[in-house]
Formats: sequence, structure tokens, C-alpha cells
Amino acid sequence: MITEQEWAIIQLSLQVAGLSVLISLPAGLFVAYCLARWEFTGKSFIDAFVHLPLVLPPVVVGYALLVVFGQQGVLGHWLEAHWGWVVAFRWTGAAIASAVMSFPLMVRAMRLSIESIDQRLEAAAKTLGAGVLGVWFTVTLPLALPGIITGVVLAFARSLGEFGATITFVSNIPGETQTLPLAIYSLWQVPGAEPAAFRLCILSLLVSFAALWFSQVFVSQAQRRVRGQDAISER
Amino acid sequence: MLSVNVEHRLGAFHVKAQFECGGGVSALFGRSGSGKTSLINMIAGLMKPESGSIRFNGETLFDAKRGIHVAPGARQFGYVFQEGRLFPHLNVQQNLEYALWFQKRKVQSSHQNTLIELLDLGLLLKRRVGHLSGGERQRVALGRALMAQPRLLLLDEPLAALDEPKRLEILRYLQTLRKEMKLPMIYVSHAVDEVLRLADQVVLISAGQVLASGEVEAVMGGALTGLGEKVFEGGAVIQGVVQAIDPSDGLATVTFDGGQLTLVGHNFCVADTLRVRIRAREVALSLTQPENVSIQNILQGRIERLEHQGQTHVLVSVAVGTVLIRSRITVRAMRQLQLQSGMTVFALIKAVSLDR
Repeated sequence: MITEQEWAIIQLSLQVAGLSVLISLPAGLFVAYCLARWEFTGKSFIDAFVHLPLVLPPVVVGYALLVVFGQQGVLGHWLEAHWGWVVAFRWTGAAIASAVMSFPLMVRAMRLSIESIDQRLEAAAKTLGAGVLGVWFTVTLPLALPGIITGVVLAFARSLGEFGATITFVSNIPGETQTLPLAIYSLWQVPGAEPAAFRLCILSLLVSFAALWFSQVFVSQAQRRVRGQDAISER
Repeated sequence: MLSVNVEHRLGAFHVKAQFECGGGVSALFGRSGSGKTSLINMIAGLMKPESGSIRFNGETLFDAKRGIHVAPGARQFGYVFQEGRLFPHLNVQQNLEYALWFQKRKVQSSHQNTLIELLDLGLLLKRRVGHLSGGERQRVALGRALMAQPRLLLLDEPLAALDEPKRLEILRYLQTLRKEMKLPMIYVSHAVDEVLRLADQVVLISAGQVLASGEVEAVMGGALTGLGEKVFEGGAVIQGVVQAIDPSDGLATVTFDGGQLTLVGHNFCVADTLRVRIRAREVALSLTQPENVSIQNILQGRIERLEHQGQTHVLVSVAVGTVLIRSRITVRAMRQLQLQSGMTVFALIKAVSLDR
């Protein structure tokens, strides 16, 4: 039903999106927490900067990544010299591009959920002996969980659909950087390959929908927990 | 022994308070917005005063000059908040055990079992917090604060968010805890009856300042200072022992140094010690022993003092035995009876007007 080639494309797409989320999750959580809780000068600047990928043309982001992470780029050169890592024109580079593009969505969702936490609960935890880390892991993190899951899934789904920055940064190499949208685009260029492109479109829709649906189940369960209700039975 | 001497500015509001609390229950009493919650948060370590110091049993918890500020968790105080503040993502048992997760010292399981029994929490343990009633929530909050055997229990209006039946229920639990656990408590409240029932000492707070502090009878009676009038309706507070109960009429007889009082209520036992509050405006005076009146309490005494309150009122202090009872009457009534200090009068108090 699904050809081997199609499987390979789907696998690569999931792999890229998965790594992209792994890269952006710690940073996203940290930035979301800072923006939600801290007041500092330049906060609005950081806020605007985080949201840039949402409004910039993806090509510009891809070009910027090429300048920074390319083999001649500042960071790219350093990574290769010290760690032997090359990300330009590799699937890892596609993951970095997706991570950057999906970062604002992730931070937004997490920030909102951290802002909605009743800080008086954290004060209560402090009086019961919890330190900074204790409060974070036993109160803040569990209560922010629905927002964190939402952020992760949004970023994951956004990564599955990433096109502009990816094709600019790591090009369109079958088996290395050719994710679902890039494969669809390539097939569209070939005369008579529309049916194959259409099949990939349907697959893309199914994968994205499955991701969102899973997250809905998780999120509603986590929300019920956070509201202090039973996860299984609702009253 | 807790000694507090702090100063803090919150916008236009200025807290400047110095007081000491010994063992037993000390009430921080005052209207809402008087700075009580700020003070208890400073004691808990949740709020850092600008200057001053806080000491507990000789240990410095806060000292602005020396830069000492012990973290809330390290103070080993339990804190019960007005709104409970139970963790919604944990069930009742996990809420109760929360403090134990961070304890280095061992807490005996017998202590846990005693607490669960005292607060009737056994049936709630597996419940999720969202399904608890207001009264159940506060019971769990009490248990949670006490689980790690704190050195001091702080309570910030724990009954204020409850309706009347629930309030009385939790008040009974608090009285039990007070009796069973030998634990000093700081109890923030604006309800006179809670202070009368629970407290051993009281610190009267108004606009961030300590107006008076000391024994409940003295401070709540507004006896020595008259300052209490600014915060709540003054009068006298008498401590007595239940002598007899008449269940058919629903009345109790209480003896105190100076006589007997009859009051409404039968939900206590003979030999119970309790405090009775006599509002000054509920006390009438008579020069002769009246007959054929409905008033149940007629106490003979001697006028100690007459204090004018504005143009129209006079506060008369009448010594009955060793106790001072206060009566607020009009200036005209004083003139008509030609009241003077040293005179013998009868204080008339309706049984239904007595609060406990």
C-alpha cells in the first residue's frame, strides 16, 4: 500500500521533526519560563526576537542559518573543527532549521501555561520544605505539563511541514534532507508524477492529524490531573 | 518563643511591628488589611522585611543588618493558608506526604497515623483534591502542614473561606489539635469568637502597628488601653468554668471570679473552661436590685471608672469580684442615676446577648 520509498520519506520526516523538538525543548522551556516569570530590561526585545521566525520569510531564516552553520559560517566552522560535526546539507541541519522555525509556537504555548500557574501553590511548596529545584519539579513542571505537551506537539507538527528554511539551508537531497513537503515539491516538478505527489499529500495529512489527535488525548488527561480530578472517570 | 521586630513598606502601607509570642496559641488579631498576613508571611519567610529581625527559640531567622534570611523550608514551620492551597495534581495522600519528600530527619509513622486519625482523613486519602469540599480541603491543609512535625504552626485565617457550619466544624478540629499536639501556633484572624476559643495570647494589629498584646481577657476586653475600640466592639472578656447545664432550656451556668453567668448553648461539657464576651452596649446598669425582669444575669459590683466617649456615650467599668465588666450608657442616663465611681450598682446582662 505504501511504497518503500514513501516509507523512507516518512521515516526521515519523523526523524527530523523528532530531533528538532529535542533540540528546541530545553531552550524553549527555559525561554518560556523567563518570559513568564522574570522582569528584566530588554524583555520585550527578547520576546520580539523569539517571535521573528513566525513573521520572517522562511528563506531569510534558511539563509541566516547557512551563514551561521554553513561550513564557512562562524558556528559551523567551529563545530567541524572541534567536534567533527557538519550540519549543512545533512538531516541534522534540517532538524535545526525546523527547530528554529517552530520555536515561537513552542515558547508561546509553554509560556501561557506557566503564566497560568497559581504562584501561591509554589509559595506553599516552599513552606513545606521544597527548594528551588524541588518546587520546579514537583509543582511548576507538573502543572505546566498540558502546555508543555501542546508546545511540543505544535512544534513537532510545524517541523513536519517545514519547507522554506530547510530547502534554503540544507537543500533537497533525497534520503538525506528530503522530507515530506520537499518530496511533494520535487514530484510536482516531474511531468506525470502528480498521482505520486497526491499520495504523499494524503500521507502528510494523516501523519500530522495523528500527531495532533494524540496530543489532544494527552493534553485533556493532563488537564484533568492539573485540575485535581480523576484521570479516568469524570464527575 | 518567637520574637518579631520588623519594619516594611508596601507602597503607601507601612508595617512596623514588635511583639513576642510564647507557647500555646497566639492570635494576630485585626481587621482585614491591617497587615496581619504580611506579618505572618514574614514569619514564614515568604516575605522579606526591609529591616528588623525575627528570632525563634534563640535562633535568628531573619536579621536585616547581618544579612540573614533563612529560607521558608529551612524554618520548619507549618503554614495553613486561607484558601488551602492544596496541590491539584496530587491526591490527598500525596499532598499530606509532600513535606516528607524534602525531610532529612525521620518522621515517625505513628505521628502520621495520629494526624490522619485526629483529622478524620482516613477515607479521603485516595481522593483527588478537586473533589473535596471546603471543609475537607482545610482538614487536608492542616494535616499537610503538620505532617513533618513543624516547630511552629502558622494559620492565616484558615476558616475565613468557609460557611458557618464548616467553620464551626474546623474550629472543633483546631481545638482538638491544640489540646493533643503540644505545638505553638500563630493564628491570624479577624473573628472574635475564633480568638476567644483558641488563643492564649493576642496581638492586636491595626494599620500595620501593634496596638496591644498580652492575655486574651485583657486585650480583647479592651480593658487597660481602650485601644481595642478602634478595631472591634469593646466590652469585657471573662474566663469561666461550666458549672451546670440545663439541656431542657438549652442554658449553661458558668462560674467566674465574682459570680455566675447564664448563657445560651449546651454544646459543651461541665468543667469545660471557656471565655465569654460581654459587649459593653449590651450591659444595663441599675442602682437597685430589679425584680420581675426577664434578664437572667444580675451582677452586683462597684463602679471603678467612668470614661466619656464623645458627646453622648459613657463607658462605665464595674468591678465584679476580680473581673471588670463594662457598660456603655448615654450621658443622660449617667446624669439621671448620678453615677460616680465607688458606687454600688447592678449590671444587667441578657443571657441571649452573650457570645462565646
